[in-house]
Amino acid sequence: MKRVNKDTIIESVTGLSVLAIIFIIVTILVITIIGGWPNLNLKFLSEFPKDGMTKGGIFPAIVGTALMTLIMAVAAVPFGVITAIYLAEYANENSIIAKTIRFAVKTLAVVPSIIFGLFGLGFFIGFVGKNMDSLFSGGELRWGQPNILWASLTMALLTLPVVIVSVEEAIRTIPKEMREASLALGATKWQTIRKVVIPGSVSGIMTGTILAISRGAGEVAPILFTGAAYFLSDLPHSLSDQFMSLGYHIYIMSTQSSNVDATLPIQFATTLVLLLLTFSLNGVAVVLRYRIRKNAK
Amino acid sequence: MKIRTARKDRNSGEVSFAKKRFRFSDWLAEKIIKMVAFLSIAIVVLIFIFVFREAFPIFRMDVKDKANKEVLVQESYGGAGSENSSVKTSDNQVDNSNKVQASIDKPSSTLLTDTWMPVSDNPRYGIWPLFFGTLKVTLIALLFAAPISILAAIYTAMFAKPRVREIIKPVIELLAGFPSVVIGFFALMVMATVFQDIFGYASRLNAFVGGIAMGLAAIPIIYTLTEDALTAVPKTYIEASLGLGASNRQTAFYVVLPAAVPGVFAAVILGIGRIFGETMIALMATGNAALTSINPFESVRTLSATIGAEMAEVVFGDTHYSVLFLIGSLLFIFTFTLNAIAEFYIKNIVVRKYQSKK
Amino acid sequence: MNNIKVKVNELSLRYGNNLALKNISMDIPENMVTAFIGPSGCGKSTFLRTLNRMNDLIDNVTIDGEVYIDNLNIYDKNIDVVNLRKKVGMIFQKSNPFAKSVYDNIAFGPRINGISNKGKLDEIVELSLKQAAIWDEVKDRLFHSALSLSGGQQQRICIARTIAVNPEIILMDEPASALDPISTSKIEELIHELKRQYTIIIVTHNMQQAARTSDFTAFFYLGDLIEINKTEMIFSNPAKKQTEDYISGRFG
Repeated sequence: MKRVNKDTIIESVTGLSVLAIIFIIVTILVITIIGGWPNLNLKFLSEFPKDGMTKGGIFPAIVGTALMTLIMAVAAVPFGVITAIYLAEYANENSIIAKTIRFAVKTLAVVPSIIFGLFGLGFFIGFVGKNMDSLFSGGELRWGQPNILWASLTMALLTLPVVIVSVEEAIRTIPKEMREASLALGATKWQTIRKVVIPGSVSGIMTGTILAISRGAGEVAPILFTGAAYFLSDLPHSLSDQFMSLGYHIYIMSTQSSNVDATLPIQFATTLVLLLLTFSLNGVAVVLRYRIRKNAK
Repeated sequence: MKIRTARKDRNSGEVSFAKKRFRFSDWLAEKIIKMVAFLSIAIVVLIFIFVFREAFPIFRMDVKDKANKEVLVQESYGGAGSENSSVKTSDNQVDNSNKVQASIDKPSSTLLTDTWMPVSDNPRYGIWPLFFGTLKVTLIALLFAAPISILAAIYTAMFAKPRVREIIKPVIELLAGFPSVVIGFFALMVMATVFQDIFGYASRLNAFVGGIAMGLAAIPIIYTLTEDALTAVPKTYIEASLGLGASNRQTAFYVVLPAAVPGVFAAVILGIGRIFGETMIALMATGNAALTSINPFESVRTLSATIGAEMAEVVFGDTHYSVLFLIGSLLFIFTFTLNAIAEFYIKNIVVRKYQSKK
Repeated sequence: MNNIKVKVNELSLRYGNNLALKNISMDIPENMVTAFIGPSGCGKSTFLRTLNRMNDLIDNVTIDGEVYIDNLNIYDKNIDVVNLRKKVGMIFQKSNPFAKSVYDNIAFGPRINGISNKGKLDEIVELSLKQAAIWDEVKDRLFHSALSLSGGQQQRICIARTIAVNPEIILMDEPASALDPISTSKIEELIHELKRQYTIIIVTHNMQQAARTSDFTAFFYLGDLIEINKTEMIFSNPAKKQTEDYISGRFG
């Protein structure tokens, strides 16, 4: 009898922990929805902010986030896919090179996001940008300062591990028999990769890209001083322009806005938009990943 | 059968395997793929170099942003005696600088002091309060997140029915999908007020609020990795235990959990790493005051929040800039080491443990 | 009397330190079906894979001896393995069509060989599917996924795919072991037809299948070639006692 009590206590305590976590998640969601839903309409999504951010919409922040993640994906996905191909198809698992590359990828995955921001500042802006300016515009300041290009590239470094992991997982679900069939027909290794492996891992590539975009849309620390701005009167026209971003907008507005009452609804609504965006992207990625794993069986 | 050696055979049929062909596109593809894969190593090295590079000047530096350098007091600057260019420029300020000078310290000497006041007549770059703040917040976050995550993982891995598990796991992993700025916003707007009502303390934004919020960010990591570690315990262990008549609970705590300890340990370590480097939540919920009290309800300032808050205001290349990069370097080393420990600890302890069982 | 298509000379294979094939020598005649039989683990599949150098894909494998195909030792270091595999095709135990359409599966080989003209590809696809005796069943479903076909059909697609590359030798590693009796007999009929144009080597654990389909049979045991002879001789009057024991089911 005593043992049964102990069992039920433990099971209850651990079960309660699960419920507690779920409760927290639900609470955050509900409060965000309650606070933000009233403001969420087409006008909000398509207008520029007005009256010192107290009215209007967040259109430039949406566009800025979209553009930035797009450039980021263009930079990160090809490199991520090729690295994943290397790890899955060419690397000898016991070689030092393969182990070092894997360790490097894991390191990139755990480095704090603010460090990427520092790197963006020190390398892209302070080194590449500055040298570009001396080479191309005779020292005139154009590339040696924060802009959407550097911010996107910085974010690409942060999301690179996400792409690599997803794509490698997808590549590894392709059965060895299919590669054997290709080689037995007289295809070379590269032909096999090109015609069998890559087409077979397209869904993994999509998953990785979507997860990377979701992550890139939500992270703020890397773009704090590499290109994000709070109020711009116009959308970015070139890669050397700054941009507005949903996450950065939430941060500045909630910590530095002068008129809290007026901006609070906008803060909640922006948060809701960002949350809906990342959740739907993650949701699609999860479904894709589930289908990949199901096909592998 | 007449045997011949493989050489160039001009008269063979359309497909001859007699001579090894050099296939350019295969060769090129392999070279390019290898080079690109190397990029990941190159990036880590570059981050290392460029972050440390911007921090390095602090150790050779005199105070550059106040024009108060004097030939007379060269001794108090010590160092390699370089950076003399700035020393020569301000000869004409000999008079009034005497007083102020005595109280301007060499930046690198202030690094280990108790005061973080980078913007003042006598800038002090004491990293200690920032470090203390980070530790305080991490501790609170860990005390909150670790038990709840581990217990939840135990329930999911050991007690939950498979169908329930299929629902719980993704839902909790959903928490990982919350951008940290959203959690920070929630902490700033909602949690801070609620906690202040409950506990009645003075500073609305403090280590406690920030810590709990950061714990929320760490829960998915610790939960997922712990659950993985628990389910990785060989089924044979569980079956053996149950077969001997142990209950689910006894099996969980006396057989599975001990076997999964390395994985749980790694999960917690990676959770710590995440919390240590978390910026946005710290910026929004900890109060951003570099205080060093034990009271959890006082504001703090973390290392990464400092970088995040001050880098935008800083002049490119001056002392303050370098100190911020120095903090970044420290953070980088710390998380790198934490990751290395988790990696090698797991590889060595876990592998040895399970291989010996075979 | 047929020519010798493949001549194996003192071939040995090691996995690490483990000797898996011991000094195998044999002649395989052209345009005939040669079957390899023997109990599980006797090395017959491993030996089959030495004939198109598929063992190269495994680490830690060392090979001594020679395999001559058309008078060339395929283990010579100057050999182009990729082209070798176009000459020596392989059908695997578990059918492995690509996750592509039937058409793209068959056209895979020709396309690799540089044939891109749609008309020519159509021709090759149709011819190969006809030779594999499956054209009528799939001619209306050419652009459906090959994975939607039944197991037996998939295996014949794999055969058609191999034929499309125009090999001279076809290696078959237990091609019907995962199939039902009807599909199996279809494949056996196919083998009978194919040998007119190709040299066929088939590994099978089913003795009756060997007796039905092959002209020559080789019996392997624990990495050794015990006996190779005309099929009628092996099954009616084997020279070695081990062969007789295996055939009469005393072990296996």
